Amino acid sequence: MGSALESRVRPYFPALRAPVVAAATKVGSDPTFPRRRLVVRLPPDARLYQIAFQAILLTVGVLVRDFALDPRQMALAFAAGLVTQRLWLRALELEHKGSLSALITCFGVSLLLRADTLWIHPLAAALAVSSKFVLRVNGKHVFNPANFGVVVALLLLPGTWVSPGQWGSDVALAGWFVALGGLVTQRARRWDISWVFLAAWLVLFATRILWLGQPWGILAHQLGNGGLLLFAFFMISDPMTIPDRRAARVGYALVVAALAFAWQFALFRTNGLLWALFLAAPLVPLIDRAWPGEKFAWLNCVRRRAD
Amino acid sequence: MPHFAARAAAWFIALAVLALFVALRSPPANAFCGFYVGKAAADLWNEASQVIMVRSEGKTVISMANDYRGPLKEFALVVPVPQVLERGQIRIGDRRLFERIDAYSAPRLAEYHDPDPCAANVGRMMDGVAAQLPASVAKESAKREKALGVTVEAAYTVGEYDIVMLSAKESDGLETWLRGNGYRIPPRANAALRPYVRQNMKFFVAKVNLSEQAKTGISYLRPLQFAFESPKFMLPVRLGMLNARGPQDLVLYVLTPQGRVETTNYRTVKLPANVDLPTFVRGEFPQTYKALFDAQAAREDYRAIFTEYFWDMSGCDPCAAEPLTALELKQAGVFWLAGSGGRGGGQPVMLTRLHLRYTRDSLPEDLLFQETADRQNFQARYVLRHPWSGDPTSCSAAPVYFEEVARRQEREAATLASLTGWDVDAIRARMALAPQHRSRWWEALWKVGSDPTFPR
Repeated sequence: MGSALESRVRPYFPALRAPVVAAATKVGSDPTFPRRRLVVRLPPDARLYQIAFQAILLTVGVLVRDFALDPRQMALAFAAGLVTQRLWLRALELEHKGSLSALITCFGVSLLLRADTLWIHPLAAALAVSSKFVLRVNGKHVFNPANFGVVVALLLLPGTWVSPGQWGSDVALAGWFVALGGLVTQRARRWDISWVFLAAWLVLFATRILWLGQPWGILAHQLGNGGLLLFAFFMISDPMTIPDRRAARVGYALVVAALAFAWQFALFRTNGLLWALFLAAPLVPLIDRAWPGEKFAWLNCVRRRAD
Repeated sequence: MPHFAARAAAWFIALAVLALFVALRSPPANAFCGFYVGKAAADLWNEASQVIMVRSEGKTVISMANDYRGPLKEFALVVPVPQVLERGQIRIGDRRLFERIDAYSAPRLAEYHDPDPCAANVGRMMDGVAAQLPASVAKESAKREKALGVTVEAAYTVGEYDIVMLSAKESDGLETWLRGNGYRIPPRANAALRPYVRQNMKFFVAKVNLSEQAKTGISYLRPLQFAFESPKFMLPVRLGMLNARGPQDLVLYVLTPQGRVETTNYRTVKLPANVDLPTFVRGEFPQTYKALFDAQAAREDYRAIFTEYFWDMSGCDPCAAEPLTALELKQAGVFWLAGSGGRGGGQPVMLTRLHLRYTRDSLPEDLLFQETADRQNFQARYVLRHPWSGDPTSCSAAPVYFEEVARRQEREAATLASLTGWDVDAIRARMALAPQHRSRWWEALWKVGSDPTFPR
């Protein structure tokens, strides 16, 4: 009876049974087997979890809190950004190394930009991703793509704006915990720039509060801004658009923070962070030439772990 | 060598950007406005202020009205302003303008009557606009020698107001000066004044000139209007917060040429609107709206500003009230209208009505604004649907219709309860709804056997 059942089952699942048996026998003999499987199935870097987690938090925060963003705009931005990435890769015959950076770009563009039509977001996302392939110096792109997309949309496309005040502070708080968790559990690699920037920004804020005699609630209020979080961990931290040498990176973060602060509190204009990064980005190729350092590659971290 | 060149270029660009900042740096002006600092300890609690703010290209015209009801001689207004205002920059406004703009943009009810379900598919007819919210209006006003670092930069009498423009070097000097001149200002005024003094702002201090006031023959205080230039698009509310014993209201009408205005340092929220409410709300809409706003503001912890209305004034169709004429817009301070001919000739005029409720500590910094490119109209509008009152047995469609009405009324009760925080059972009682039959999960199951369609 038992064997009759087995003979009935087996023909239906030959493909399934065979590899399971093979794996069971192989595991013991091949020392590299389990490691290979891990590399394939899990993201290669814990940082990816942090990125994903923060991205989801911020997306929820914006979609729930900001009535001006239409989820269709987000969807179109992602579609256009990913297609543009593929087209450029094919046109330039480049190797496909995953869509992480394009995803981050679309995420940044769609969460920051506001428009009253549907076509602005995909266009901005396409421009943003294209800037990565077109505006290059010494093998590095000049502008952070999302930053470029948003600023160019503000400058050139009609009916666009950025709403800096619309984030839910509770969600931002959760984002900070994730960021701090990342700081504790990971070697910070090139995220040093995020923390230097944040420290500089908050010190500038605190100095202003002290000078004017304002309540400290302003500082807490500033930390509740999801836009700051997005900027610090998804824009200025983009390893391809910051100086290679560590000391130069620190200096660059300070320059961006000072520019942004001046933009907001000396010129009384909005969106200081976005404009400051856009204005400072062309300095990076020059800084790299003047103070060269080891170039960053997205896959370095994967290889190092595997070694 | 290339390193040297690149370093030189990097420094050059850095300096160029710096120079750009210096060049862009607008006149050393700061922003504007603050609120009512009381001269007396009693009767000065302004609960609702209304402000009309007209803004385009760095030019701002602000009109301020509040519902001050205390003794006129104790009235005082202290407003931080970006520069010493000349006599010609200050004007007496018209209170009727506030009434007009309020009536035009106030949250409102729309009523519909269900058609006869027995007649063929007749569309729902709009019956027009019913109740509106009342609003509130009113006004207030200072001088002395130069000591304590306080300088009287100018003094004018405008209408019923005696106005002095002060500059101060230290906030405690200013506080002492104000106290020395008879103003019993709130205890924490020094700390609240300091940020404005440090930013080198001037102070507009007004009090009522009783003899001039008597000449006007008007019992209330008229609004004050200012025109000035400043790169900052903001409204200082922190001085006014000193007066706040409980939550205070500010209704702000912003007129701009491009699109909707929102705050950049706080959340701007659209009130939940365009929902069906029970029909009994018709007779008591002001109370209902008040409860709704109370509940929503508390839900946001008094840290959000609510959009109640946004519309292009030159093209509302249908308009809830007669839109402001070109003359009225000009009186409000709209300076970009071409001629006085057709309404809003030339550039459009966008009206954003914002409503803020704040408490003494809810806003750590003044309100900063930006004009967005958003042109999506919005109105805090609530809908009443009156059921058809015919005979439930008059046709086969009628019972179905009444079942749907019963479901709809349950939804209306739930909506009202969630918006206002009222008890849903009390609402249902007011609506005289039949006691709710809570269906149990098994009831539908056992019905199956008796259902003739079951075999299918």
